[in-house]
Amino acid sequence: MPDSPAVLVDGLVMRYGAKVAVAGLSLTVERHTITAVLGPNGAGKTTTLETCEGYRTPQQGSVRVLGLDPISDRKALLPRIGVMLQSGGAWSGVRAVEMLHHVARLHAHPLDPDVLVDRLGLGDCGRTPYRRLSGGQQQRLGLAMALVGRPELVFVDEPTAGLDPAVRRTVWELLEEVRADGVTVVLTTHYMEEAERLADRVHIVDKGALVASGSPLELTRGGARATIRLVVTEPFPPTAPESLRVALGDGTEVTQLDAVSLLVTGPADASTLARVSRWCEDNSVLPESLTLGQRNLEDVFLELTGGSSPTVEGIVE
Amino acid sequence: MSGIGTFSPDPGAAPFVRQVTTQASMEARLMLRNGEQLLLAVVIPVIVLVGGVRGADRVNLSYGVDTFTPGVLALAVMSTSFTSLAIATGFERRYGVIKRLGTSPLSRTGLLLGKVLALLAVEVLQVAVISAVGFALGWEPDADLLGLLLAVVLGTAAFASLGLLLAGSLRAEATLAAANLVYLLLLAGGAVVLPVSAYGSFGDVVGYLPSGALGEAVRAALSDAAIAGRDLLVLAGWAVVGAVATARTFTWE
Repeated sequence: MPDSPAVLVDGLVMRYGAKVAVAGLSLTVERHTITAVLGPNGAGKTTTLETCEGYRTPQQGSVRVLGLDPISDRKALLPRIGVMLQSGGAWSGVRAVEMLHHVARLHAHPLDPDVLVDRLGLGDCGRTPYRRLSGGQQQRLGLAMALVGRPELVFVDEPTAGLDPAVRRTVWELLEEVRADGVTVVLTTHYMEEAERLADRVHIVDKGALVASGSPLELTRGGARATIRLVVTEPFPPTAPESLRVALGDGTEVTQLDAVSLLVTGPADASTLARVSRWCEDNSVLPESLTLGQRNLEDVFLELTGGSSPTVEGIVE
Repeated sequence: MSGIGTFSPDPGAAPFVRQVTTQASMEARLMLRNGEQLLLAVVIPVIVLVGGVRGADRVNLSYGVDTFTPGVLALAVMSTSFTSLAIATGFERRYGVIKRLGTSPLSRTGLLLGKVLALLAVEVLQVAVISAVGFALGWEPDADLLGLLLAVVLGTAAFASLGLLLAGSLRAEATLAAANLVYLLLLAGGAVVLPVSAYGSFGDVVGYLPSGALGEAVRAALSDAAIAGRDLLVLAGWAVVGAVATARTFTWE
């Protein structure tokens, strides 16, 4: 059992009525990694996570967590995992530190809650009732609650949604230390930057199925070719990608990211750039920006999931 | 496990007894901190007791403080173990508390025991306050303390399991409405405050309600120094039915 992966999802199918939330998803999370599950809203991320946490019974396929069945081995599994819910998880009248002490006392050898309070900057609001905490404070308390029982594996659902950049970096550093100490972290996130910075492995999920897996580097490498991102002021006509590809010649690919952006993958040299400019002129297209660079995870994500950017949703809180 | 870092895994569940007492003390503290809960637990029963005794006096009803005090004690047990518990649990589900605790080492059994223990702690406080008011109004009980203890414990078990059944199957707002409605219906027609004999032939039915059985059991214990075996059995039956139904239907969200 020590050799079993932290999480093994095999052919998972979950339906809500006629709606298919998870459509034969298979993925593995290796131990001692930070593994990010990325996907647009409704991709089946939370359903998959909740099946791993024992909240839902797989309708088809199987789920193993630390080699155990989350339903039938529940009693053995629960003390070994930590769960951070996307929201809520505490009484409205409970004080922040009181809640953390409560969860700690349910475990055999918990961390010192005060250490977590310190590390996550919750000292100022320790005696504040949960309902009066800011969204960011609630998030950090949720993370502390997931970690306080000294789990082998933590599931964190959007750990930094709505946090300001400084606090977000604090949380990232904490999660990296958690991994260094031997804890496996499974996180869902809307932030590409977060997955790129933190994750050893990234699983991109769309419409309930896995569309890509790998390290951020493997996913963004795309054959060591550079990219040119063209953003224009008015939506492209439907024929634009093909027309640009013809203009650029062999060895380049053109992907439409959204209504006003195209991604050119290929040799990013002066002549390609010149040809893109000339194509804009010939087609009366007014460029808003023309950016040269390596593909980032967001480009990969947009290509694979058909342009529904998750970053935008991430900002909404 | 590997390493000696701050977060090195060292998982494990606390001993079951510690889990239950932790949960119980938290729930009792939260209940006593909440104004509306205190109103339901102490203020309303005291109003019913004082109002009942004074009102009965005025209209020459045959019931006096010796009938009302045990009845109001039963009402207090019902309000805490059924209404307060159902409402609190309904909102725990709404706020994801139950869901969150569902992935903690605390089992469903532990959660239930913790809740019942918290209710008993609050009920001790209620019994103290209501008895004091009763004595001030001239109450002269003829008490069997074991009978009282059994009635309170079994009544709490019965009502708590039914309260959880309600909270586990309805939304928080619907639970709030239903729990208050049931409380009012049982207060008026459930033989809690007034004895089953006051309900005429309908009393045969009311006696099998958890409210009637609890009321009769507390009255027997405090007015006749008796242990009401039949009523306690009815309460035990409700507790088993409620617990089985709750265990089968309760969902964490």
